[in-house]
Amino acid sequence: MLEIKDLNVSYGAVHAIHGVSLKVNDGEIVSLIGANGAGKTTILRTISGLEKADSGTITFDGTDLRKTEPSKIISLKLAHVPEGRHIFPEMTVEENLEMGAYADPADMDENMKDVYDRFPRLLERRRQLAGTLSGGEQQMLAVGRALMAKPKMILMDEPSMGLSPLLVKEIFSIIKEVNKKGITILLVEQNAKMALSISDRAYVLETGKISIEGPAQELMNDERVKKAYLGQ
Amino acid sequence: MTVSLFVQSLINGLNQGAIYALIALGYTMVYGIIRMINFAHGDFIMIGSYTLFYTVPIMINIGMPAWLAVIIAVAVCMTVGVLVETIAYKPVRKAGSMSALITALAMSIFLENLAMVLFGAKPHNVAKIFALPTINVMGVVLPLNVLLTIAIGVGIMILMQVFIKKTKMGKAMRAVPQDKDAAILAGINVNRIITLTFAIGSGLAAVAALMYCAKYPRVTNDMGSMMGIKAFIAAVLGGIGIIPGAMLGGILVGLIEIFVKLFAPGWYEAITYSILIVILLVKPSGILGKNLGEKV
Repeated sequence: MLEIKDLNVSYGAVHAIHGVSLKVNDGEIVSLIGANGAGKTTILRTISGLEKADSGTITFDGTDLRKTEPSKIISLKLAHVPEGRHIFPEMTVEENLEMGAYADPADMDENMKDVYDRFPRLLERRRQLAGTLSGGEQQMLAVGRALMAKPKMILMDEPSMGLSPLLVKEIFSIIKEVNKKGITILLVEQNAKMALSISDRAYVLETGKISIEGPAQELMNDERVKKAYLGQ
Repeated sequence: MTVSLFVQSLINGLNQGAIYALIALGYTMVYGIIRMINFAHGDFIMIGSYTLFYTVPIMINIGMPAWLAVIIAVAVCMTVGVLVETIAYKPVRKAGSMSALITALAMSIFLENLAMVLFGAKPHNVAKIFALPTINVMGVVLPLNVLLTIAIGVGIMILMQVFIKKTKMGKAMRAVPQDKDAAILAGINVNRIITLTFAIGSGLAAVAALMYCAKYPRVTNDMGSMMGIKAFIAAVLGGIGIIPGAMLGGILVGLIEIFVKLFAPGWYEAITYSILIVILLVKPSGILGKNLGEKV
Protein backbone atom coordinates (compact mmCIF):
# COMPACT_ATOMS: atom_id res chain seq x y z
CA MET A 1 0.00 0.00 0.00
CA LEU A 2 2.77 2.41 1.00
CA GLU A 3 6.30 1.94 -0.23
CA ILE A 4 9.31 4.12 0.48
CA LYS A 5 12.53 3.50 -1.41
CA ASP A 6 15.92 4.96 -0.62
CA LEU A 7 14.57 8.15 0.95
CA ASN A 8 16.93 10.99 1.82
CA VAL A 9 15.80 14.13 3.63
CA SER A 10 17.84 17.09 4.89
CA TYR A 11 17.12 20.18 6.93
CA GLY A 12 19.50 22.69 5.40
CA ALA A 13 22.96 21.18 5.82
CA VAL A 14 21.78 18.49 8.26
CA HIS A 15 21.22 15.17 6.55
CA ALA A 16 18.36 13.76 8.65
CA ILE A 17 17.21 10.63 6.77
CA HIS A 18 19.75 8.37 5.06
CA GLY A 19 18.44 6.03 2.39
CA VAL A 20 15.44 4.71 4.28
CA SER A 21 13.29 2.07 2.60
CA LEU A 22 10.17 0.65 4.14
CA LYS A 23 6.92 -0.93 3.13
CA VAL A 24 3.47 -1.13 4.66
CA ASN A 25 1.09 -3.75 3.28
CA ASP A 26 -2.67 -3.47 3.08
CA GLY A 27 -4.31 -4.02 6.48
CA GLU A 28 -1.12 -4.06 8.52
CA ILE A 29 -0.06 -2.13 11.58
CA VAL A 30 3.60 -1.31 11.10
CA SER A 31 5.53 0.61 13.70
CA LEU A 32 8.60 2.73 13.39
CA ILE A 33 10.42 2.88 16.69
CA GLY A 34 13.56 4.66 17.73
CA ALA A 35 15.02 7.22 20.08
CA ASN A 36 14.22 10.89 20.16
CA GLY A 37 15.68 12.64 17.11
CA ALA A 38 16.16 9.46 15.09
CA GLY A 39 14.03 10.90 12.29
CA LYS A 40 10.73 9.09 12.78
CA THR A 41 8.61 12.22 12.61
CA THR A 42 10.59 13.50 9.63
CA ILE A 43 9.73 10.35 7.69
CA LEU A 44 6.00 10.79 8.36
CA ARG A 45 6.14 14.50 7.53
CA THR A 46 7.93 13.73 4.28
CA ILE A 47 5.29 11.15 3.32
CA SER A 48 2.62 13.83 3.80
CA GLY A 49 4.58 16.41 1.84
CA LEU A 50 5.20 18.71 4.83
CA GLU A 51 8.95 18.19 4.31
CA LYS A 52 10.64 17.90 0.93
CA ALA A 53 12.77 14.87 0.19
CA ASP A 54 16.16 15.17 -1.49
CA SER A 55 15.85 11.85 -3.28
CA GLY A 56 14.05 8.53 -3.20
CA THR A 57 10.49 7.49 -3.96
CA ILE A 58 7.32 7.42 -1.88
CA THR A 59 4.45 5.55 -3.48
CA PHE A 60 0.96 5.24 -2.03
CA ASP A 61 -1.50 3.03 -3.89
CA GLY A 62 0.48 3.58 -7.08
CA THR A 63 0.61 7.38 -6.72
CA ASP A 64 3.97 9.13 -6.45
CA LEU A 65 3.53 11.25 -3.32
CA ARG A 66 6.61 13.35 -4.01
CA LYS A 67 4.85 14.67 -7.10
CA THR A 68 1.55 15.22 -5.29
CA GLU A 69 0.48 18.60 -3.95
CA PRO A 70 0.55 18.17 -0.10
CA SER A 71 -3.03 19.35 0.35
CA LYS A 72 -4.21 16.74 -2.19
CA ILE A 73 -2.74 13.77 -0.31
CA ILE A 74 -5.75 13.44 2.02
CA SER A 75 -7.92 12.92 -1.08
CA LEU A 76 -5.90 9.78 -1.81
CA LYS A 77 -7.31 8.56 1.54
CA LEU A 78 -4.01 8.79 3.37
CA ALA A 79 -4.51 10.63 6.69
CA HIS A 80 -1.91 11.85 9.16
CA VAL A 81 -2.35 12.34 12.91
CA PRO A 82 0.61 14.58 13.65
CA GLU A 83 2.85 14.60 16.67
CA GLY A 84 1.46 16.91 19.34
CA ARG A 85 -2.10 16.45 17.98
CA HIS A 86 -2.26 19.74 16.01
CA ILE A 87 -5.95 20.24 16.56
CA PHE A 88 -7.38 23.69 15.78
CA PRO A 89 -7.45 25.14 19.31
CA GLU A 90 -9.80 28.06 18.63
CA MET A 91 -12.40 25.97 16.87
CA THR A 92 -15.02 23.80 18.51
CA VAL A 93 -14.67 20.03 18.66
CA GLU A 94 -17.34 19.69 15.99
CA GLU A 95 -15.65 22.24 13.71
CA ASN A 96 -12.40 20.31 14.06
CA LEU A 97 -14.18 17.17 12.91
CA GLU A 98 -15.72 19.10 10.01
CA MET A 99 -12.24 20.17 8.94
CA GLY A 100 -11.35 16.47 8.82
CA ALA A 101 -14.01 16.06 6.13
CA TYR A 102 -12.88 19.19 4.25
CA ALA A 103 -11.53 17.28 1.25
CA ASP A 104 -14.49 14.91 1.00
CA PRO A 105 -17.60 16.17 2.78
CA ALA A 106 -19.97 13.74 1.05
CA ASP A 107 -20.93 11.52 4.01
CA MET A 108 -19.87 13.96 6.70
CA ASP A 109 -22.89 13.58 9.00
CA GLU A 110 -22.72 9.81 8.92
CA ASN A 111 -18.98 9.79 9.59
CA MET A 112 -19.39 12.25 12.41
CA LYS A 113 -21.95 9.96 14.00
CA ASP A 114 -19.46 7.09 13.76
CA VAL A 115 -16.74 9.18 15.35
CA TYR A 116 -19.07 10.27 18.16
CA ASP A 117 -20.09 6.64 18.70
CA ARG A 118 -16.45 5.68 19.04
CA PHE A 119 -15.56 8.70 21.21
CA PRO A 120 -18.59 9.62 23.34
CA ARG A 121 -16.48 12.20 25.15
CA LEU A 122 -16.21 14.21 21.95
CA LEU A 123 -19.99 14.23 21.60
CA GLU A 124 -20.32 15.59 25.14
CA ARG A 125 -17.87 18.35 24.30
CA ARG A 126 -18.81 19.06 20.73
CA ARG A 127 -19.52 22.75 21.32
CA GLN A 128 -16.40 23.29 23.42
CA LEU A 129 -13.24 24.92 22.01
CA ALA A 130 -10.75 22.18 21.21
CA GLY A 131 -7.94 24.04 22.99
CA THR A 132 -9.76 23.58 26.29
CA LEU A 133 -9.81 19.76 26.04
CA SER A 134 -7.48 17.58 28.10
CA GLY A 135 -4.49 15.95 26.39
CA GLY A 136 -6.26 12.61 26.04
CA GLU A 137 -9.38 14.20 24.61
CA GLN A 138 -7.28 16.21 22.14
CA GLN A 139 -5.60 13.00 20.99
CA MET A 140 -9.00 11.39 20.49
CA LEU A 141 -10.11 14.47 18.57
CA ALA A 142 -7.00 14.25 16.37
CA VAL A 143 -7.76 10.57 15.63
CA GLY A 144 -11.44 11.37 15.12
CA ARG A 145 -10.57 14.16 12.70
CA ALA A 146 -8.41 11.78 10.67
CA LEU A 147 -11.25 9.22 10.58
CA MET A 148 -13.59 11.91 9.19
CA ALA A 149 -11.64 11.69 5.93
CA LYS A 150 -12.57 7.99 5.53
CA PRO A 151 -8.89 7.06 5.13
CA LYS A 152 -7.51 3.79 3.83
CA MET A 153 -4.36 4.39 5.81
CA ILE A 154 -3.40 6.58 8.78
CA LEU A 155 0.07 7.78 9.71
CA MET A 156 0.13 8.14 13.50
CA ASP A 157 2.84 10.12 15.17
CA GLU A 158 3.44 9.53 18.90
CA PRO A 159 -0.21 9.06 19.84
CA SER A 160 0.77 8.15 23.42
CA MET A 161 2.90 11.22 24.03
CA GLY A 162 2.09 13.02 27.27
CA LEU A 163 -0.77 10.70 28.21
CA SER A 164 -1.33 8.84 31.47
CA PRO A 165 -0.69 5.05 31.38
CA LEU A 166 -4.41 4.40 31.44
CA LEU A 167 -5.02 6.66 28.45
CA VAL A 168 -2.04 5.15 26.62
CA LYS A 169 -3.73 1.77 26.87
CA GLU A 170 -7.00 3.24 25.64
CA ILE A 171 -5.33 4.96 22.67
CA PHE A 172 -3.59 1.73 21.65
CA SER A 173 -6.79 -0.25 21.87
CA ILE A 174 -8.44 2.40 19.68
CA ILE A 175 -5.64 2.05 17.12
CA LYS A 176 -6.20 -1.71 17.07
CA GLU A 177 -9.93 -1.26 16.64
CA VAL A 178 -9.45 1.22 13.81
CA ASN A 179 -7.13 -1.28 12.13
CA LYS A 180 -9.69 -4.06 12.49
CA LYS A 181 -12.10 -1.91 10.45
CA GLY A 182 -9.63 -2.28 7.59
CA ILE A 183 -7.52 0.85 7.99
CA THR A 184 -3.80 0.33 7.50
CA ILE A 185 -1.57 2.01 10.09
CA LEU A 186 1.99 3.28 10.14
CA LEU A 187 2.73 4.07 13.77
CA VAL A 188 5.62 6.11 15.08
CA GLU A 189 6.24 5.59 18.78
CA GLN A 190 8.77 6.08 21.52
CA ASN A 191 6.77 3.68 23.64
CA ALA A 192 8.29 0.70 21.83
CA LYS A 193 6.76 -1.92 24.07
CA MET A 194 3.19 -0.84 23.46
CA ALA A 195 3.83 -0.23 19.77
CA LEU A 196 5.34 -3.68 19.20
CA SER A 197 2.52 -5.35 21.15
CA ILE A 198 -0.10 -4.22 18.62
CA SER A 199 1.99 -4.26 15.44
CA ASP A 200 2.42 -6.84 12.72
CA ARG A 201 5.86 -5.65 11.72
CA ALA A 202 8.30 -2.97 12.85
CA TYR A 203 11.34 -0.98 11.81
CA VAL A 204 13.95 0.42 14.18
CA LEU A 205 15.33 3.79 13.14
CA GLU A 206 18.72 4.96 14.42
CA THR A 207 20.10 8.39 13.45
CA GLY A 208 18.23 8.45 10.18
CA LYS A 209 18.90 4.83 9.12
CA ILE A 210 16.88 1.64 9.48
CA SER A 211 18.97 -0.62 11.72
CA ILE A 212 16.64 -3.55 12.39
CA GLU A 213 13.43 -4.69 10.78
CA GLY A 214 11.12 -7.67 11.06
CA PRO A 215 7.93 -9.08 12.51
CA ALA A 216 7.00 -7.28 15.74
CA GLN A 217 7.07 -10.55 17.71
CA GLU A 218 10.65 -11.19 16.61
CA LEU A 219 11.78 -7.68 17.47
CA MET A 220 10.30 -7.99 20.93
CA ASN A 221 12.69 -10.88 21.55
CA ASP A 222 15.67 -9.31 19.81
CA GLU A 223 18.45 -8.67 22.32
CA ARG A 224 19.44 -5.33 20.79
CA VAL A 225 15.86 -4.06 20.79
CA LYS A 226 15.31 -5.33 24.32
CA LYS A 227 18.37 -3.55 25.56
CA ALA A 228 17.95 -0.24 23.76
CA TYR A 229 14.19 0.26 23.59
CA LEU A 230 12.38 -2.07 25.95
CA GLY A 231 14.47 -1.38 29.03
CA GLN A 232 15.17 -5.04 29.72
CA MET B 1 -24.94 69.90 23.89
CA THR B 2 -28.48 69.58 22.58
CA VAL B 3 -30.05 66.19 22.01
CA SER B 4 -30.31 66.96 18.34
CA LEU B 5 -26.61 67.69 17.99
CA PHE B 6 -25.72 64.61 19.98
CA VAL B 7 -27.87 62.31 17.85
CA GLN B 8 -26.52 63.82 14.65
CA SER B 9 -22.95 63.41 15.81
CA LEU B 10 -23.68 59.86 16.87
CA ILE B 11 -24.99 59.11 13.37
CA ASN B 12 -22.02 60.80 11.73
CA GLY B 13 -19.66 58.90 14.02
CA LEU B 14 -21.32 55.59 13.19
CA ASN B 15 -21.12 56.44 9.49
CA GLN B 16 -17.42 57.25 9.72
CA GLY B 17 -16.90 54.24 11.99
CA ALA B 18 -18.62 51.84 9.60
CA ILE B 19 -16.24 52.97 6.84
CA TYR B 20 -13.20 52.47 9.07
CA ALA B 21 -14.55 49.13 10.22
CA LEU B 22 -14.85 47.79 6.67
CA ILE B 23 -11.28 48.86 5.88
CA ALA B 24 -10.03 47.53 9.21
CA LEU B 25 -11.59 44.16 8.34
CA GLY B 26 -9.26 43.93 5.35
CA TYR B 27 -6.21 44.66 7.48
CA THR B 28 -7.24 42.25 10.18
CA MET B 29 -8.17 39.35 7.90
CA VAL B 30 -4.84 39.51 6.10
CA TYR B 31 -2.94 39.89 9.36
CA GLY B 32 -4.94 37.04 10.86
CA ILE B 33 -3.90 34.64 8.14
CA ILE B 34 -0.30 35.56 7.27
CA ARG B 35 0.74 37.90 10.11
CA MET B 36 1.43 40.69 7.64
CA ILE B 37 0.35 44.34 7.82
CA ASN B 38 -0.74 45.12 4.30
CA PHE B 39 0.05 48.84 4.21
CA ALA B 40 -1.19 49.07 0.64
CA HIS B 41 -4.69 48.13 1.80
CA GLY B 42 -5.85 51.74 2.26
CA ASP B 43 -5.12 52.42 -1.39
CA PHE B 44 -7.89 50.04 -2.38
CA ILE B 45 -10.32 52.74 -1.22
CA MET B 46 -8.75 54.92 -3.87
CA ILE B 47 -8.97 52.20 -6.52
CA GLY B 48 -12.60 51.60 -5.59
CA SER B 49 -13.37 55.33 -5.63
CA TYR B 50 -11.85 55.90 -9.09
CA THR B 51 -13.85 52.93 -10.35
CA LEU B 52 -16.99 54.54 -8.91
CA PHE B 53 -16.06 57.85 -10.51
CA TYR B 54 -16.11 56.20 -13.93
CA THR B 55 -18.95 53.72 -13.45
CA VAL B 56 -21.57 55.73 -11.49
CA PRO B 57 -22.34 57.95 -14.53
CA ILE B 58 -22.62 54.85 -16.71
CA MET B 59 -25.15 53.33 -14.29
CA ILE B 60 -27.14 56.56 -14.26
CA ASN B 61 -27.05 56.77 -18.08
CA ILE B 62 -28.44 53.28 -18.55
CA GLY B 63 -31.13 54.00 -15.97
CA MET B 64 -29.83 51.74 -13.21
CA PRO B 65 -29.49 52.77 -9.55
CA ALA B 66 -26.10 54.51 -9.15
CA TRP B 67 -25.01 52.36 -6.22
CA LEU B 68 -24.98 49.24 -8.41
CA ALA B 69 -21.62 50.58 -9.63
CA VAL B 70 -20.23 49.12 -6.41
CA ILE B 71 -20.42 45.66 -7.98
CA ILE B 72 -17.92 46.74 -10.63
CA ALA B 73 -15.78 48.46 -7.97
CA VAL B 74 -15.73 45.26 -5.88
CA ALA B 75 -14.71 43.24 -8.94
CA VAL B 76 -11.93 45.70 -9.84
CA CYS B 77 -10.58 45.87 -6.28
CA MET B 78 -10.67 42.08 -5.89
CA THR B 79 -8.79 41.63 -9.16
CA VAL B 80 -6.12 44.18 -8.25
CA GLY B 81 -5.90 42.71 -4.71
CA VAL B 82 -5.29 39.22 -6.05
CA LEU B 83 -2.75 40.53 -8.57
CA VAL B 84 -0.85 42.45 -5.89
CA GLU B 85 -0.79 39.39 -3.64
CA THR B 86 0.35 37.06 -6.40
CA ILE B 87 2.93 39.32 -8.02
CA ALA B 88 4.37 41.22 -5.06
CA TYR B 89 3.59 39.50 -1.76
CA LYS B 90 3.72 35.78 -2.50
CA PRO B 91 7.35 35.81 -3.68
CA VAL B 92 8.53 37.43 -0.41
CA ARG B 93 6.31 35.43 1.93
CA LYS B 94 9.12 33.18 3.10
CA ALA B 95 11.59 36.08 3.50
CA GLY B 96 10.24 37.24 6.84
CA SER B 97 7.82 39.86 8.12
CA MET B 98 10.15 42.84 7.60
CA SER B 99 10.48 42.13 3.87
CA ALA B 100 6.72 41.74 3.60
CA LEU B 101 6.14 45.04 5.39
CA ILE B 102 8.56 46.91 3.15
CA THR B 103 7.03 45.32 0.05
CA ALA B 104 3.59 46.47 1.20
CA LEU B 105 4.81 50.04 1.76
CA ALA B 106 6.41 50.03 -1.67
CA MET B 107 3.19 48.71 -3.19
CA SER B 108 1.27 51.56 -1.55
CA ILE B 109 3.61 54.17 -3.05
CA PHE B 110 3.44 52.41 -6.40
CA LEU B 111 -0.38 52.31 -6.49
CA GLU B 112 -0.70 55.98 -5.49
CA ASN B 113 1.74 57.08 -8.16
CA LEU B 114 0.26 54.81 -10.78
CA ALA B 115 -3.10 56.46 -10.07
CA MET B 116 -1.53 59.88 -10.49
CA VAL B 117 -0.12 58.89 -13.87
CA LEU B 118 -3.43 57.38 -14.98
CA PHE B 119 -5.88 59.94 -13.59
CA GLY B 120 -3.79 63.05 -12.88
CA ALA B 121 -3.28 64.86 -9.60
CA LYS B 122 -6.49 66.87 -9.87
CA PRO B 123 -9.34 65.71 -7.58
CA HIS B 124 -12.27 63.99 -9.30
CA ASN B 125 -15.85 64.37 -8.09
CA VAL B 126 -18.05 61.30 -8.04
CA ALA B 127 -21.64 61.86 -9.14
CA LYS B 128 -24.35 61.59 -6.50
CA ILE B 129 -24.73 57.98 -5.44
CA PHE B 130 -27.77 58.03 -3.15
CA ALA B 131 -30.53 60.53 -3.85
CA LEU B 132 -32.35 60.14 -0.56
CA PRO B 133 -34.05 63.00 1.29
CA THR B 134 -33.25 64.29 4.73
CA ILE B 135 -36.01 63.80 7.24
CA ASN B 136 -36.73 65.58 10.48
CA VAL B 137 -37.74 63.47 13.46
CA MET B 138 -38.61 65.48 16.55
CA GLY B 139 -36.14 68.21 15.80
CA VAL B 140 -33.33 65.80 14.83
CA VAL B 141 -32.16 66.04 11.24
CA LEU B 142 -31.61 62.58 9.78
CA PRO B 143 -30.00 62.30 6.34
CA LEU B 144 -31.38 59.01 5.05
CA ASN B 145 -28.37 58.33 2.83
CA VAL B 146 -26.14 58.35 5.91
CA LEU B 147 -28.46 55.92 7.69
CA LEU B 148 -28.44 53.73 4.61
CA THR B 149 -24.64 53.79 4.59
CA ILE B 150 -24.55 52.66 8.21
CA ALA B 151 -27.05 49.91 7.42
CA ILE B 152 -24.89 48.68 4.51
CA GLY B 153 -21.82 48.65 6.75
CA VAL B 154 -23.53 46.76 9.54
CA GLY B 155 -25.11 44.35 7.06
CA ILE B 156 -21.74 43.53 5.49
CA MET B 157 -20.16 43.02 8.91
CA ILE B 158 -22.90 40.57 9.90
CA LEU B 159 -22.49 38.82 6.55
CA MET B 160 -18.72 38.52 7.10
CA GLN B 161 -19.23 37.11 10.56
CA VAL B 162 -21.65 34.48 9.21
CA PHE B 163 -19.25 33.67 6.35
CA ILE B 164 -16.32 33.16 8.74
CA LYS B 165 -18.30 31.19 11.30
CA LYS B 166 -20.53 29.02 9.16
CA THR B 167 -19.19 28.40 5.67
CA LYS B 168 -16.60 25.84 4.69
CA MET B 169 -14.32 28.51 3.19
CA GLY B 170 -14.71 30.70 6.26
CA LYS B 171 -13.78 27.82 8.52
CA ALA B 172 -10.73 27.09 6.38
CA MET B 173 -9.74 30.76 6.72
CA ARG B 174 -9.86 30.38 10.50
CA ALA B 175 -8.08 27.03 10.46
CA VAL B 176 -5.02 28.12 8.45
CA PRO B 177 -3.58 30.61 10.99
CA GLN B 178 -4.35 28.31 13.92
CA ASP B 179 -2.30 25.45 12.54
CA LYS B 180 -0.91 25.58 9.03
CA ASP B 181 0.37 21.99 8.96
CA ALA B 182 -2.92 20.59 10.22
CA ALA B 183 -4.72 22.69 7.62
CA ILE B 184 -2.59 21.19 4.82
CA LEU B 185 -3.12 17.68 6.20
CA ALA B 186 -6.88 18.30 6.17
CA GLY B 187 -6.63 19.11 2.45
CA ILE B 188 -6.79 22.90 2.63
CA ASN B 189 -4.85 24.61 -0.16
CA VAL B 190 -3.24 27.28 2.01
CA ASN B 191 -2.14 29.48 -0.90
CA ARG B 192 -5.63 29.53 -2.30
CA ILE B 193 -7.07 30.53 1.09
CA ILE B 194 -4.55 33.37 1.38
CA THR B 195 -5.49 34.63 -2.09
CA LEU B 196 -9.17 34.42 -1.16
CA THR B 197 -8.48 36.48 1.97
CA PHE B 198 -6.85 39.22 -0.11
CA ALA B 199 -9.77 39.14 -2.54
CA ILE B 200 -12.34 39.53 0.23
CA GLY B 201 -10.36 42.26 2.01
CA SER B 202 -9.99 44.24 -1.22
CA GLY B 203 -13.68 43.77 -2.05
CA LEU B 204 -14.64 45.16 1.35
CA ALA B 205 -12.45 48.20 0.64
CA ALA B 206 -14.54 48.79 -2.50
CA VAL B 207 -17.71 48.81 -0.41
CA ALA B 208 -16.02 51.22 2.01
CA ALA B 209 -15.21 53.38 -1.03
CA LEU B 210 -18.90 53.48 -1.94
CA MET B 211 -19.82 54.53 1.60
CA TYR B 212 -17.10 57.16 1.63
CA CYS B 213 -17.95 58.58 -1.79
CA ALA B 214 -21.62 58.77 -0.87
CA LYS B 215 -20.62 61.29 1.79
CA TYR B 216 -17.42 62.90 0.50
CA PRO B 217 -17.44 62.53 -3.29
CA ARG B 218 -13.87 63.82 -3.78
CA VAL B 219 -11.41 61.30 -5.19
CA THR B 220 -7.63 61.82 -5.15
CA ASN B 221 -4.74 59.46 -5.71
CA ASP B 222 -3.59 59.67 -2.09
CA MET B 223 -7.00 59.54 -0.39
CA GLY B 224 -6.42 55.98 0.76
CA SER B 225 -3.25 56.44 2.74
CA MET B 226 -4.72 58.55 5.54
CA MET B 227 -7.86 56.45 5.78
CA GLY B 228 -5.77 53.32 5.63
CA ILE B 229 -3.71 54.42 8.62
CA LYS B 230 -6.80 55.29 10.63
CA ALA B 231 -8.40 51.98 9.80
CA PHE B 232 -5.16 50.28 10.80
CA ILE B 233 -5.38 52.07 14.16
CA ALA B 234 -8.96 50.80 14.42
CA ALA B 235 -7.82 47.24 13.73
CA VAL B 236 -5.10 47.46 16.39
CA LEU B 237 -7.51 49.06 18.86
CA GLY B 238 -10.01 46.21 18.49
CA GLY B 239 -7.32 43.55 18.41
CA ILE B 240 -5.60 42.88 15.11
CA GLY B 241 -6.39 39.49 13.61
CA ILE B 242 -9.79 39.43 15.34
CA ILE B 243 -12.77 40.09 13.07
CA PRO B 244 -15.24 41.46 15.65
CA GLY B 245 -12.29 43.53 16.95
CA ALA B 246 -11.97 45.31 13.60
CA MET B 247 -15.64 46.19 13.67
CA LEU B 248 -15.52 47.43 17.25
CA GLY B 249 -12.29 49.35 16.69
CA GLY B 250 -13.63 50.95 13.51
CA ILE B 251 -16.84 52.13 15.13
CA LEU B 252 -14.94 53.46 18.17
CA VAL B 253 -12.39 55.39 16.11
CA GLY B 254 -15.21 56.88 14.01
CA LEU B 255 -17.18 57.97 17.07
CA ILE B 256 -14.12 59.36 18.85
CA GLU B 257 -13.16 61.36 15.77
CA ILE B 258 -16.56 62.94 15.27
CA PHE B 259 -17.03 63.78 18.94
CA VAL B 260 -13.55 65.24 19.31
CA LYS B 261 -14.22 67.30 16.17
CA LEU B 262 -17.29 68.68 17.90
CA PHE B 263 -15.39 69.99 20.91
CA ALA B 264 -11.89 70.58 19.59
CA PRO B 265 -11.94 70.57 15.79
CA GLY B 266 -8.20 71.08 15.41
CA TRP B 267 -7.35 68.10 17.59
CA TYR B 268 -9.21 65.19 16.11
CA GLU B 269 -6.35 63.72 14.09
CA ALA B 270 -3.90 64.10 16.97
CA ILE B 271 -6.35 62.27 19.23
CA THR B 272 -6.88 59.47 16.69
CA TYR B 273 -3.15 58.85 16.41
CA SER B 274 -2.74 59.00 20.19
CA ILE B 275 -5.18 56.08 20.42
CA LEU B 276 -2.54 53.94 18.70
CA ILE B 277 0.17 54.99 21.15
CA VAL B 278 -2.08 54.48 24.16
CA ILE B 279 -3.30 51.06 23.05
CA LEU B 280 0.24 49.92 22.29
CA LEU B 281 1.32 51.01 25.77
CA VAL B 282 -1.67 49.72 27.70
CA LYS B 283 -2.91 46.63 25.84
CA PRO B 284 -0.94 45.89 22.67
CA SER B 285 -3.18 42.94 21.83
CA GLY B 286 -6.19 45.28 21.55
CA ILE B 287 -9.54 45.43 23.32
CA LEU B 288 -10.70 41.97 22.29
CA GLY B 289 -7.22 40.48 22.03
CA LYS B 290 -5.70 37.92 24.33
CA ASN B 291 -2.13 38.48 25.42
CA LEU B 292 -0.33 35.81 23.45
CA GLY B 293 3.16 37.23 23.12
CA GLU B 294 4.12 38.67 19.74
CA LYS B 295 1.60 41.10 18.32
CA VAL B 296 1.88 44.25 16.22
